[in-house]
Amino acid sequence: MSDLNKLGLAEARDALRSGDVTSVELTDACLKAIDEADALNAFVHKTPELAMERAKAADERIQHGDAPSMCGLPIGIKDLFCTKGVPSQAASKILEGFKPEYESTVSQQLADAGAVMLGKLNMDEFAMGSSNETSTYGNAVSPWRRGNDDAQLTPGGSSGGSASAVAADLCLAATGTDTGGSIRQPAAFVGITGIKPTYGRCSRWGIVAFASSLDQAGPMTKNVRDAAIMLETMCGHDPKDSTSAELSVPNFEAMLTGDIKGKKIGIPKEYRMDGMPAEIEKLWADGAAMLKAAGAEIVDISLPHTKYALPAYYVIAPAEASSNLARYDGVRYGRRAQLAQGDGITEMYEKTRAEGFGPEVQRRVMVGTYVLSAGFYDAYYNRARRVRTLIKKDFEDVFAAGIDAILTPATPSAAFGLGEMTEADPVQMYLNDVFTVTVNLAGLPGISVPAGLDAQGLPLGLQLIGRPWEEGDLLNTAYALENAAGFVAKPGKWW
Amino acid sequence: MSIDQSTAAKVAKLARIKVEDDALPALASEFNTILGFIEQLNEVDVDGVEPMVSVTPMRLKRRKDEVTDGNQQDKVLANAPDAREGFFAVPKVVE
Repeated sequence: MSDLNKLGLAEARDALRSGDVTSVELTDACLKAIDEADALNAFVHKTPELAMERAKAADERIQHGDAPSMCGLPIGIKDLFCTKGVPSQAASKILEGFKPEYESTVSQQLADAGAVMLGKLNMDEFAMGSSNETSTYGNAVSPWRRGNDDAQLTPGGSSGGSASAVAADLCLAATGTDTGGSIRQPAAFVGITGIKPTYGRCSRWGIVAFASSLDQAGPMTKNVRDAAIMLETMCGHDPKDSTSAELSVPNFEAMLTGDIKGKKIGIPKEYRMDGMPAEIEKLWADGAAMLKAAGAEIVDISLPHTKYALPAYYVIAPAEASSNLARYDGVRYGRRAQLAQGDGITEMYEKTRAEGFGPEVQRRVMVGTYVLSAGFYDAYYNRARRVRTLIKKDFEDVFAAGIDAILTPATPSAAFGLGEMTEADPVQMYLNDVFTVTVNLAGLPGISVPAGLDAQGLPLGLQLIGRPWEEGDLLNTAYALENAAGFVAKPGKWW
Repeated sequence: MSIDQSTAAKVAKLARIKVEDDALPALASEFNTILGFIEQLNEVDVDGVEPMVSVTPMRLKRRKDEVTDGNQQDKVLANAPDAREGFFAVPKVVE
């Protein structure tokens, strides 16, 4: 077999089981691809020795017939996941040199299932960003280009390294995390599949916290079947995360029948934004037509508080971040600033955090500090939490009326160029998450499926939003959409 | 609500992030852009609406109050920028 790094998880699993290929061969192919792709800046800490060690162990397990689905499959891990003995910096200068003494529950579950970690993936600093331009490692670069234009494009954010690596076939799949769209937006920008499960499905233990009531991990894969396989391994109750749900995890892959006859798919009118590009509008209408042709019923629905999701998010997420990031004080881990003669502990905190946090992280921590401060807590933070209740109720109402899933665009545009948004104010960048952020606020599962190309040849994605805990049904609807859309485009190799 | 430079300085102080004086006007202006965006929330009628505490209805689990972990001082200190004699070391706190 050639080009083993181009396989998906399901194909590679089947080839491993039939003895056509070994995990060592798969891993070797990915490591070579990674070494050729430094221009993408996707892998920021490579772990080839560890990968080979795990690949050999996986091959032994497969020979002994003890092979869970993920066994022997080489994947990348977002830098936000703490991985024992391997740098885990959340793409921040403040965690320079940090090597956790423990392993996140999700990456441990993947390792226990035999998955092979190839290294750590680039991202926006502390997962705060939509273009992977806030990373201390520098920008991750998309493997896609606008035709023959050699301008570098964003792979999206915050899971930009994960998106770039999977789209460029540096690994078979990758982990991502999603607080406001950080799995689904980058997946859409690079033409891959990304699912954020229901809040509480994946343990957050050992994942560097950004906004704890919104953060969820999920897989970023080459197709929907792969997403089902990897998600199942990542999910499950964990006593170490008090918000992790005590629910059994179904066999998601077995639920992929492609049969969506009679399913009610909602089209929310509030997602039709002023100034939405015609291409996005058409993609959305085409997606609805495909689901209808597959037997689903298309229903116009209303989610009246959609407009307030982004402003509510930009109160709640910074508030939680300001609290979570208080731990970076230069005392227990990471980097401490050089102090001047006579500096006390306050100067140490202030200098360490000024040097260690990038501008976007500083901005969000300070906005969060402000909205939580005495006198403003009620006006901003409590009001945002009340609006969040209303946003969740919007979804509850449509699900109660019989809607099975909701179809929306994944992003308001195709990928933009790195640096193109530098002059824009922060709010312009925040608008990238306009279609995805509601899902985090309501704690629902959401999946981004590649569905077409824009006029410049760049991928566009559609998002499906499901009922809580019904990832299996959601994946099946996504599978039907994937089959109908038939997206097969890949970026041409220039790196 | 408009944030002036002295409020920006106060917020930076509360967040324990050193901001040089000459950076305060730009910071205050960014705050105002973001807060202007957030102001939209005032259009929403939230009378009688409970602020969300947990996005999924769940009761936090309880367990017996007993030691389940510990005795790993070396691991706890392994990543400290400055650890001495089994402690985290910091600049002098009390005169």
